[in-house]
Amino acid sequence: MDWYPLWNSLRIAAISCILVFFSGIFMAYYVARLPRLLKGVLDVVLTLPLVLPPTVCGWLLLLVFGLRHPVGIFLQTIGVQFVMTWYGGVVASAVVAFPLMYRTARGAFESFDETLAWSGKTLGLSDTYIFWHIRMPYCRQGIIAGTVLAFARALGEYGATSMLIGYIPKNTATISTTVYQLWRTNDEYSAFIWVLINIVISAVVLLTVNMLEKRSRERKAWS
Amino acid sequence: MSICVDIHKQLGSFQLDIAFEQDQGVLGLLGASGSGKSKTLQCITGIEKPDEGRIEIDGRLVFDSQHHVNLSVQQRRVGYLFQNYALFPNMTVAENITCGVRAANKEKRRNDIVSEIIGRMHLEGLERQKPAQLSGGQQQRVALARILVNEPDILLLDEPFSALDSYLKEQLMTELGVILRTFQKSVIVVTHSRDEAYQLCSRIAILDKGHLDVIDETKQLFRNPTTCAAARLTGCKNIVAARPSGPAQVYVPDWGITLATGRPVGTGLCAIGIRGHNFSGDLTVNAQDVIIEEEIEQPFEWIVKFRYARQNPSVPALWWRFAKSERPERLPHVLGVEGKNILLLYR
Repeated sequence: MDWYPLWNSLRIAAISCILVFFSGIFMAYYVARLPRLLKGVLDVVLTLPLVLPPTVCGWLLLLVFGLRHPVGIFLQTIGVQFVMTWYGGVVASAVVAFPLMYRTARGAFESFDETLAWSGKTLGLSDTYIFWHIRMPYCRQGIIAGTVLAFARALGEYGATSMLIGYIPKNTATISTTVYQLWRTNDEYSAFIWVLINIVISAVVLLTVNMLEKRSRERKAWS
Repeated sequence: MSICVDIHKQLGSFQLDIAFEQDQGVLGLLGASGSGKSKTLQCITGIEKPDEGRIEIDGRLVFDSQHHVNLSVQQRRVGYLFQNYALFPNMTVAENITCGVRAANKEKRRNDIVSEIIGRMHLEGLERQKPAQLSGGQQQRVALARILVNEPDILLLDEPFSALDSYLKEQLMTELGVILRTFQKSVIVVTHSRDEAYQLCSRIAILDKGHLDVIDETKQLFRNPTTCAAARLTGCKNIVAARPSGPAQVYVPDWGITLATGRPVGTGLCAIGIRGHNFSGDLTVNAQDVIIEEEIEQPFEWIVKFRYARQNPSVPALWWRFAKSERPERLPHVLGVEGKNILLLYR
């Protein structure tokens, strides 16, 4: 059996998860501080990939990175190509998973007690210190939950991925595109194995999220 | 001058217009909720920015709208005790206090400073606890310890006892009083409780609707409040509009009576106040017919609500309070009040 799709899926999910972790937190933190109108507009734009069909996201990504479009042409001149490559899958997954991280992180930041930041400032602590040592630990559960959800979403991404990077065995094949390919070629047995693998991974991820939420509830009950 | 404030800020329809100065010692900001007490503290701290004005802390200019001076919260060196104490929940007691130690002291003496203050604030044995595991009183002490190691130039306490139950409150008030008296710089305590203000503060500023109504020595203010807001906030229950009707006499239209004040009445008089415990059935001074309306039993005293015989029916009843041991066999039909106990309130 060819394990490449598992490795490729995990690799794509992990890298896009890291990208989404930082960009999601960054945007969640800064969007909350913008003037109301700009905040409303940005919020809609940043959350759109969550509600749009993944194929629409894929189409839009092709519009940007397609080899006959300006950005795609430019990237090609510096040797980067997101169409039909495994790292194009990172871009597709990241775009689709981003809103999950962004929204969960924003929810966590909104529940933060701002007097903690103010009291830190009166003690002379720098804004950076307050962010990493007070705000982030306070919002830890929400941020971890957002990361896990983003990872799960990136792992299960099909629509945008298949449009941007297609299906090339041992190259761009992921678990989800492989399942589709195997079903199409009537290989029920192999498809079943991949489905099982996918269910196991997703179940583990969801269990982790539930455990985190339970712990966060208990922590709240404490204080 | 240890603290010098003169600020103006418009917040929607609310106007904050405050000016005061305070040397070493404890100044109380006493006011009803929404009078601008906490906003004033936030302006001093730098959390809020006044539209206009000047703030000087311990001889250091921290805000001046004319010369565009506006130091950051971090640069102001203000010790701010938040209502909920704002301890960092993810850190232990020791870590919370360490956060307060100034960077200049951090390397060499950090551990000494922390253990010294832990001893002074009676926090031994709690070093490794998280704030959520502490009682309200312990949390307050940790927050104070964290502020004191920070060596602030001024101490601001925002409703320091609002998060505590009344039993703890009385005990901690004495402890806090000791700490405040040993602090060598100026202290501002925001409160709506006259007990806290009386016990902790050497001077009191009365705030009313965003304006500084009156500022005076604590004892003087309680003995002789001169404005309606001051009388109300120092606990006077019977306040009513009045006008002079003679050299030492006032007419109270709503009560339908004239009272002798025993001392000259100024021209700007707008109201009078009589504290509930100053009435007596044995007095012949200012004795007037009254109708008892309601008796309320309290743990250690009685509150009797009454009306004067010719009182305007739309005006609330008066309060008369006395210790349980002093209760007469039958409540009197005539109540008097000494002229010196009538508070003369001016505009």
